[in-house]
Amino acid sequence: MSLIDQLNQLEHEALAALAQITDLTALTEWKNSYLGKQGALSRLSRGLGALPADARPAAGARFNTARATLEQALERAEAQLKRMARQHAFEADQVDVTLPGRAPAVGRLHPTTQMLRQIYAILGEMGFQVWESPEVETDEFNFQLLNMPPDHPARDMWDTFYVETTPGDATLLLRTHTSPGQIYAMRANAPKPVRAILPGKCYRYEQVTARHEMQFYQVEGIAVGEQISFADLKGTLVAFAERLYGKGVKTRFRPSYFPFTEPSVEFDIECFLCGGTGCRVCKHSGWLEILGAGMIHPTVLRNGGYDPEKVSGFAFGMGPERMAMLRYGIDDIRWFFSGDERFLQQF
Amino acid sequence: MRVPLSWLKEFVDITLSVEELAERLTRAGLECEGIERIGVEGADLPWDPEKIVIGSILEVRQHPNADRLVLADVDYGAGAPHTVVTGAPNLFPYKDKGRLPQPLKGVFAREGAELYDGHAEGWVKMRLKGRPVRGIMSDAMLCSEKELGLSEDHEGILILPDDAPVGAPLRDYLGDVVLKFDVLPNMARCLSILGVAREIAALTGSPLRMPEMTVVEDGPPVEGRVRVTIEEPDLCPRFTATLIEGVTIGPSPLWMQRRLTMAGMRPINNIVDISNYVMLELGGPNHMFDADQVADQHLIIRLARPGERLVTLDNKEHNLDASLGGGMLPLLVCDPHGPLSLAGVMGGASSEVSATTTRVLLEVAVWDPTIIRRMGTALRARSEASKRFERGVDYELPPLVQRRALSLLQRIAGGSVAQGMVDNYPRPWQPVILDLTPREVRRIVGISLSAAEIADLLRPLGFACDLIDNGAAVRVTAPSVRRDITMLADLCEEVARIYGYDRIPLSLMADALPEPRNNPSLELELRVRDLLAGAGLDEAITYSLTSMAAVAAVNPADADASLYLRLANPLTPEREYLRRSLLPTLLDALAQNLRERERVLLFEIGRVYLKRAPGSDDPRPAEPQRLALALAGRRYERSWHTPDETVMDFFDLKGIVEVLLTRLNIAGVQYVPLTDDPRFHPGRAARLERDGSVLGVIGELHPDVCERLAIAAPRAMAAELDLELIGALVESARYRAISRYPATTQDLSLVAAVEVPAERVAATIRKYAGALLESLTLFDVYEGEQVGAGKRSLTYRLVFRAPDRTLNDAEIAKIRQKIVRGLEYDIGATIRG
Repeated sequence: MSLIDQLNQLEHEALAALAQITDLTALTEWKNSYLGKQGALSRLSRGLGALPADARPAAGARFNTARATLEQALERAEAQLKRMARQHAFEADQVDVTLPGRAPAVGRLHPTTQMLRQIYAILGEMGFQVWESPEVETDEFNFQLLNMPPDHPARDMWDTFYVETTPGDATLLLRTHTSPGQIYAMRANAPKPVRAILPGKCYRYEQVTARHEMQFYQVEGIAVGEQISFADLKGTLVAFAERLYGKGVKTRFRPSYFPFTEPSVEFDIECFLCGGTGCRVCKHSGWLEILGAGMIHPTVLRNGGYDPEKVSGFAFGMGPERMAMLRYGIDDIRWFFSGDERFLQQF
Repeated sequence: MRVPLSWLKEFVDITLSVEELAERLTRAGLECEGIERIGVEGADLPWDPEKIVIGSILEVRQHPNADRLVLADVDYGAGAPHTVVTGAPNLFPYKDKGRLPQPLKGVFAREGAELYDGHAEGWVKMRLKGRPVRGIMSDAMLCSEKELGLSEDHEGILILPDDAPVGAPLRDYLGDVVLKFDVLPNMARCLSILGVAREIAALTGSPLRMPEMTVVEDGPPVEGRVRVTIEEPDLCPRFTATLIEGVTIGPSPLWMQRRLTMAGMRPINNIVDISNYVMLELGGPNHMFDADQVADQHLIIRLARPGERLVTLDNKEHNLDASLGGGMLPLLVCDPHGPLSLAGVMGGASSEVSATTTRVLLEVAVWDPTIIRRMGTALRARSEASKRFERGVDYELPPLVQRRALSLLQRIAGGSVAQGMVDNYPRPWQPVILDLTPREVRRIVGISLSAAEIADLLRPLGFACDLIDNGAAVRVTAPSVRRDITMLADLCEEVARIYGYDRIPLSLMADALPEPRNNPSLELELRVRDLLAGAGLDEAITYSLTSMAAVAAVNPADADASLYLRLANPLTPEREYLRRSLLPTLLDALAQNLRERERVLLFEIGRVYLKRAPGSDDPRPAEPQRLALALAGRRYERSWHTPDETVMDFFDLKGIVEVLLTRLNIAGVQYVPLTDDPRFHPGRAARLERDGSVLGVIGELHPDVCERLAIAAPRAMAAELDLELIGALVESARYRAISRYPATTQDLSLVAAVEVPAERVAATIRKYAGALLESLTLFDVYEGEQVGAGKRSLTYRLVFRAPDRTLNDAEIAKIRQKIVRGLEYDIGATIRG
């Protein structure tokens, strides 16, 4: 049998053997026995030298193609075996993807905190800075400087917790609103312009019910400067409401009364629960009261250190719990201070 | 303020629907909080106009088979009279009297009519069905007030006035709509029908009508027969008095009773009802004395004198001292013998109109709001009168109130009116005159109006407006009813209100921005909140107010009430003291949560309230921010992944605190064992110190605390840290160059006495390892037989790396040698491997 014939036979036999192989060990053996240094192909190639010189190039070329063919076949078989092995591994490794995952323990921020942050963010973009002021206040700051001298009938609008003091000392109370903060922010800035928001806890002497808490948060906002008008107040509040409740939300401004603003206004948005047709939450009015506001009363501006003839300003106050209650449909304000994780983990 | 629509319509024509009217007024600042319908369409019980009509009771006969029932023949305008079976006691007097000479008018309801069940508790509706009652068919009714929903009264049937039109639907006769307004303090003028009507007239352009005021002054002149002396003109700027003689006391007419009821007042008798009616109608509180009980018919307005006492209408006796005037002496209306009434607040029992009164002395006055408010507050009784006086009553109103009241008195109670009126007016109304410019309106409101346009907006509200300075300004004179108008801003509001808040354009502030400002405490709060939520804790916000019992449950030693700010008027004993620590309220939340779940992690950031030292400049307490953490229960949420049933302990809490401090780049915090804090387990608590200042405490709660708080967990952990001190230590992150050379890792296992704190072991290793030590991690702690009693083994992984080269083995061996010797020398540790 000629060398070429032997080669053809070897190639045929090798490919046939390869087709039978199903594991990597056998494949390695196959590789050694056909393609290794001592393998069948190498052994056969030793016969090349015995060929006549003119037959050598053709036989040599045939050897090369045979080696290439086997090597390629090996590569394919190797890949195939790897695929199969992986396939088996996958099958063994399969999971029920509907089983619950491993949850990293991540806590939640209180819904009031989340609402406050949103308020900070929106108003921050409009130039409002966050300031703080005390919760335990004097009568002077909570009422008098806000244009409510003693015996002012408007004091009835705020049922007040008083703090025991020794006779002769200044009257102390728990602030009934964040409005005293206006005075601090103005005094810290006057006569320069100010835009400030003052968040914090307030307290009212009120029976605690699903709707009323003795403790709650408020965010006071003020802007004082030259040429600040009621139109600016409207523009600011509408922009705020659109950021919070969506572009195009329907709003309503209606005259109201606060001793520290003049004119005063109540700002409503269309009830998003019923779309304005009237429901229990909006007390069938179609509107939700969101905040109270107004142009800062000249007396308050003066108490803040400004000349009301030269500058003007507006103030507004809102309740983050109420806003969160509306947003999430929370039916009882008492949950906010319960510390109950069944509540806290919903937001 | 409850306003019946029918009453309002006497003063102004209303073409708007009730809903539109409510919305218009709301948008003009008079918030309509609700609309109540009585009998009309949309009411809870609409009176069917076909089936509920006015009937005339022609004859009342005994029911043949029942003593307590009668048969009434009722003409309801449909031809033959209808026989009604009824047990109404108020028909019994007419029984078997034959045909009544003056038929009674009542409300006749036919089969199928819907009514309230008169016998049921509350308001239960029922439909009238025909059925025989003791042998006689009953398919119609004469209705009680309760059955119609007019009042709770089910004692007898409602008797209508004689002139009630027979056969007319009751809906047209008594049906009404009540508008409920929230009247804010600046809208005191709207605490009357007239006031609301005036607003409507201004908003809609309809003319305002005044009520019937005809009085026949057929008595002798009042002058000389009634005297008024005002000793306190500043507290009583005006006092008017008139006299009507020969009145007959009796019930007031149905229409008046209905209106009073709808307005929220209870009918008493004709004199009292007229007094209230006129107050509600015109906004002028007034007082009716039995003139014969006023000595010499001489009224003296003065402050109380020492020792004086007065029994008020509600039969309470008062000491008339400064406690009744909130520090001021109470203001009284007296006669020469002594006090008759608390001025403007409450009448006295002795001069009250009674069933035998024939002469009425009518007082209409204006009082100083402050003294009225103080007396009302001291009495804890805000009457309808004092509510109006303390918000300011129109100085010019009393004569109008006098005439209207006299007119009604004369018409309803009879009597002759003395000619004239005593009018003592020591402090006449000083009109407020303001010059309002278009510029000011533009500056405050943001709209451009001419002076003439401004005037046109204000005039319908009763402001007198004159253009001055060639139309550059409007000279505005406020009407006396507008005592709330004192300055230009008030006028700007009126302009804006009538112009319409919704028509004012939107603009964004064009003025300068404020100076930039950092707020480190807010930034810290935001970061701490994020870090702790990221670490798996839920944020709680608890009450700032607590009780000594709650404080004592956490730490009896803290429950010293003298350290705390106490409320003068607490709502409940649970919320009486301002907290000095977040722990009592937060631990309570922890305990509550543990009843519901197996794993609870909470934090709170909030203020505590610390009394200042006596004599401090600021009367307010200090309000430092605190951070508290509380956790207990399973380390891992129960799940199919981890069979780990372990519960959290001290190190879970410490780990969280360490992460927090590390992320804030606060280094060098010492954990000093805290063995004597009654809140904590003596062996599992630490004080956090940095450079001698105490940042806070952390630890496992003492079992006694857990017991007192009913914390249902084997271990509960808590920490409280001073956020302000922590804020002062926050550093910014610092970058350290990252070496390109490989690290060498060494494990070191040593045995030391258990008393040697781990922190000291680590410090010793660091001391001898030098600058090449990149990290040091403790990864095993062992106590037990293999190391012997009183000792423990600690195993560390040390990672060495140089910034500029690869370390060789010899170098590392040398360092290790140094560490080993150092450990032996410094802390007596031996090396295990």
